[in-house]
Formats: sequence, C-alpha cells, structure tokens
Amino acid sequence: MPLIEAKGIKKVYRTGDIDLCALCDVFLTIDKGEFVAIMGQSGSGKSTFMNILGCLDKPTGGKYLLEGIDVGGLDRDELAAIRNKKIGFVFQGFNLLSRASALENVELPMLYDGLSSKERKQKAMYALMSVGLEGREGHHPNQLSGGQQQRVAIARALVNNAPIILADEPTGNLDSKTSTELMELFVKLNTESNITIILVTHEPDISGYSRRVIKFLDGRVVSDEVKESGSDEVRK
Amino acid sequence: MINIPSTLKISLRALRVNKMRSALTMLGIIIGVGAVIAMLAVGTGASKQIEQQISSLGSNLLMVVPGATSAGGVRMGAGTQSTLTLGDADAVLKECPAVSDVAPVLGGVAQVVYGNQNWSTGVTGTTPGMLNVRDWKLSTGRAFTEQDVKSATKVCLLGQTVVDMLFGGLDPVGQIVRIKKIPFAVIGILEAKGQDPRGQDQDDAIYVPVTTAQKKLFGTAFPGMIRMMMVKAKSTEALNTAEREINELLRQRHHIGQKQDNDFTVRNLTQMMQAAEESSKVMTMLLGAIASVSLLVGGIGIMNIMLVSVTERTREIGIRMAVGAKTWDIRLQFIIEALTLSLTGGAAGIVIGLSSSQIISSLAEWPTIVSPLSVLLAFSFSGLVGIFFGFYPAYKASLLNPIDALRYE
Repeated sequence: MPLIEAKGIKKVYRTGDIDLCALCDVFLTIDKGEFVAIMGQSGSGKSTFMNILGCLDKPTGGKYLLEGIDVGGLDRDELAAIRNKKIGFVFQGFNLLSRASALENVELPMLYDGLSSKERKQKAMYALMSVGLEGREGHHPNQLSGGQQQRVAIARALVNNAPIILADEPTGNLDSKTSTELMELFVKLNTESNITIILVTHEPDISGYSRRVIKFLDGRVVSDEVKESGSDEVRK
Repeated sequence: MINIPSTLKISLRALRVNKMRSALTMLGIIIGVGAVIAMLAVGTGASKQIEQQISSLGSNLLMVVPGATSAGGVRMGAGTQSTLTLGDADAVLKECPAVSDVAPVLGGVAQVVYGNQNWSTGVTGTTPGMLNVRDWKLSTGRAFTEQDVKSATKVCLLGQTVVDMLFGGLDPVGQIVRIKKIPFAVIGILEAKGQDPRGQDQDDAIYVPVTTAQKKLFGTAFPGMIRMMMVKAKSTEALNTAEREINELLRQRHHIGQKQDNDFTVRNLTQMMQAAEESSKVMTMLLGAIASVSLLVGGIGIMNIMLVSVTERTREIGIRMAVGAKTWDIRLQFIIEALTLSLTGGAAGIVIGLSSSQIISSLAEWPTIVSPLSVLLAFSFSGLVGIFFGFYPAYKASLLNPIDALRYE
C-alpha cells in the first residue's frame, strides 16, 4: 500500500464566473521512505498540492488516500488529528510562535496530543538535540538565526514521530550555506529515520538532494523522474 | 484531549503581552462588578434601616387616634377632637380577641429638672402595656405597675437621651426629678431605641403612669381623656381582624349611628412601613439592574478586544491548527482568555465595590450593607459575561480555514 495516493485531485477556485483550475486531475503515488522534490513555477499548483497533502486544504474533486484512508471523508477534528500524528510541516516563513521559547514551540504538537508536561519536555529536548540545537531551548525565535529557527521548525515536525515531513520552500529565506546544512539534515532524517520527505522548491540545487523530482505546470504533473543513484535501491 | 493548564498558560501569556489593553478591557468589568456591589450595598442598607425602624416602632402595631373636629365647615384634621378615654382603651384590651395589648397615650412637652440640669422633653402618660406594645425593654430598674396607674403615683421611666442630658455619668434610678416642678421618682431606664421612621429620637422621652399625667401634669377636658392609644395585635395576620374589632367596639361605645362617620381613626402603621420597605427593595433591584448594565457594557468591551485579538493572531491560530489543534482547543484558548479577563476584573471589582461602599457610607452617611450573596452574584455574573462574550470570538477563530490562517499577513 502506498503511503500517499492522489487519484485525480482537483482544486478549482471560483472567481466570479470563471473557474480557475489550480490543480487538474493529479494522479500520484508516493511510497514510504521516499525523498520527493516537487518543482514548478509560482502558480503551477505545487503549493496547493502540498497543502492538500498536508490536510490543510481540501480538494474540490478526486480522492486523496493517506495510508489507505480516504481523507476526503474526515471532519475538521479528524484532519487535525492526522496533521498532529502523521505529518510534520516545515514552512518557508518558519511559522514559529514568536512569544514562545524554542522548547515550547517544539512542545506544541504534543500539547494537542494530551501528553504530560514531563513527557513533552523530554521529547522536545530530544528533538531539539537531534537537529543540533541543544542549549538553545530557552531562546525565543527572535534570538535565533534563520537557520536555527528552521531547525526548531524541523524539531517540531519530528517530535510526534510523524512518518511524513512536508517542507514548503524550507530554504527560501536562508543563505546558501545554511541551506546546504539544512538539506543535509533532511537527507539524514530520510536515510537514518526513514521519514518520507516531500519538498516543494523552485531551486534546482535544492531538488538535487532528492531522489525523485515531480514537476508541475499549470496545475498538472508534467514530469515525474526518479534519479538513479546508489542509495535508491537501498530504500526500495 | 484538552490540556487546561497549558491552555491557561498560553492565555495568560497572550494577556501579559498586551498589558495596557488587557487592563483597559478589565476596567469595564471592574467598574461593572464594583457598581453592582456598591449599588446593592446602598439599597440593602436602606431597606435594612427601614426594617430596623419598623421593628423599633414595635411589631403588629395599630394606632387609634380621635377623629377630626369640624367647626362651621372647617375640618381641623385627625386628632383635633378628643373622643377617646381610658375606658375605651380598657375595653379594647378586654373585648377584642385579636388584640394582645393596649397602651393609652396622653402627653405633652414639659421642662424636666434634676439638680442644676434641665431639659425639655416629651412626657407621655401610659400604662404598663406600653413596654409590650412597643417591644421595649428596660436597661435598669423596674417598670411601673397597674397599681401605680390606679393610684397615680409620681414615678417615671426615662429614655436614654434624657438620662444623658440630666445625669451625665450618675445612676438615675432612685433619684428624684422635677417635671413641671412636681417631684417624680425615677424607677427605671429604657433601653436605647434610636430614631423612629420619621427621624425623631425615641429615647428623648419620659414615661409616667397615664393617670398621673391626666391628674397632675396635663389635665383633661373630660375625665379619663387620652390623646390616642397604641394597640398591638396578636399577630401580623390578626392586624386586619383587630382593626375591624376595634372599629366595631368603638362605634358601639361612642354611640355612632349607621350613617355617621367614625369619630376616631385606626391606623395600621406596620402596613405603611411594610409598603415603604417594599419600595426600598424595588429600589435596590433597580439600582442593581442599572449597575448590571455597566457590567454588560464591560462584556461587550471584552468581546471587542477578543475579536481584535483573534484577527491579530490569525497566523498563530493557523500554526496551532497545522500542528493538530482541534476546534475546541482553539475555542477554549480564547474562552479562557476572555474568562481570565472577566474574572480578574471581577475580583478587582469586588475590592472596588467593597471600598466604595465604605466610602459612600462614611462620606454620605448612608448605611451600606454588602451581602456576601451580592458579591457572589456579581462575580459569577462577570464570569458568565466572560464566557458569553468570549464565545463568539473563540467560535470565529475555531472556524478559520487552516491554510487561510497560515497565509494571513
């Protein structure tokens, strides 16, 4: 069973009398442990697709199966539970709570999972350590560099042991050196923890870290290439 | 699963960030709760005062006063005619089953002298029944007896004010005072009673046997004349029966024909006072209701600020939703925030209400009574206001679309 299965997903925005098709009949499957880059120009529908994969948005047509479950039939709270348990998000703008410390930001998903405060702290500390931010748990986002903030976001995505990380332009606001470090962290998480990583980017350099590149244009998948490389067989 | 302590922590932090705004929002509730408590205290104080005055007058009291005279078509008003006698008073006590005691009254103002002190006060002639009728007790000494009344002895009971004026620190019992130059032995002191409902000092009085007043002090137009009588009914329910019985008896005794008007009037004081008490209670409720309006306005202030807060924090809400916050997690966060505002404001309002009641009673010399119930009522009402006005913003926040909230700039 594939981890993610998109069966003819459509997203149509109605503006006045004109229907704007952001996604047109997208068919895709992504297996567990893959490292996928989704590329395309702005307006190509790649972010819309990402939001649907992350259960942040609902498709207007088609079916989206996550671990075999039809997500379309779930209500708000069930979708929230899926985001909580199955999906970790990393955004271009970091999206951290500015008034909370790094530790509290990482604890956030567990707050909605009913864990005790002791357990939360323990797991959050471990997650911060695994992204290389030990000793920074008390810092607030404005006391951290962009790269560090994005690492906090990754720790937050990791902390509930979600099998999927969705990263929407994660290096968009970072310099190239920091970007490289961050991408290496993604690769490490992918190879060592077998976390499925789906990355939206428009930079070829960044997509180079992935094993599979899916290109979007005008709401359609125009190419889907699996790069042959040594480690690919190991994963399959 | 909703995590209350963490949600509370989040809410408190959000309120701390905007200290000024939170304080101003709370001010509405503080003023509201304070006003409710203070207004209820003022109202309760007023009804309590009236209640005390009623009970100081004596309970279940009827007054029988002579009727009005008319000379050549000019009616002179109640009490101008002298028609009541000591015999009427005795008859009322003996023949009206609903009456428990009667006190005839004949008095006037007289100069009282003790040693080198003198004082002008009301001297009232009455029977021993007076103490029972007025629910009045002696602080020292003894009351005069039926025997004193029968033999018109020159004994007297002093009110506390008279004692203060004439005796200073001395013990008056056993001393001789001169009323209209006639020596009277002081046999007892009445307990202090304070003001009557008309604001007169009830303790500025001397009581003597009614016969002594008739024969030695004031004289009478005809034998046995009294100015009025005070009647105590057996119970509040018996008041109307007693009134009817007295009417029938006195009409008969005064030979008043079917079509003639009474030459006396029976007044039900208790009823009048109860009406006054009723109206002061209505006043209390009115004051409370007006004050509640300000609490309501404070609630609208909370709603206003919570709506602003939800808009400002749309992105935060989006982040929380993205990592798994459910509908009620978001709702509860904002409801708790509103509740924290209103309850903190409520607590501060209690302090303001208590202190302003104190200030009102000391500055305006208006009695105020803060009942614990009114405090509880105002506080829980402020909590309700918080939940009520916090719910809509919270509801609005919880219905945001996660992706729209995340993208909100």
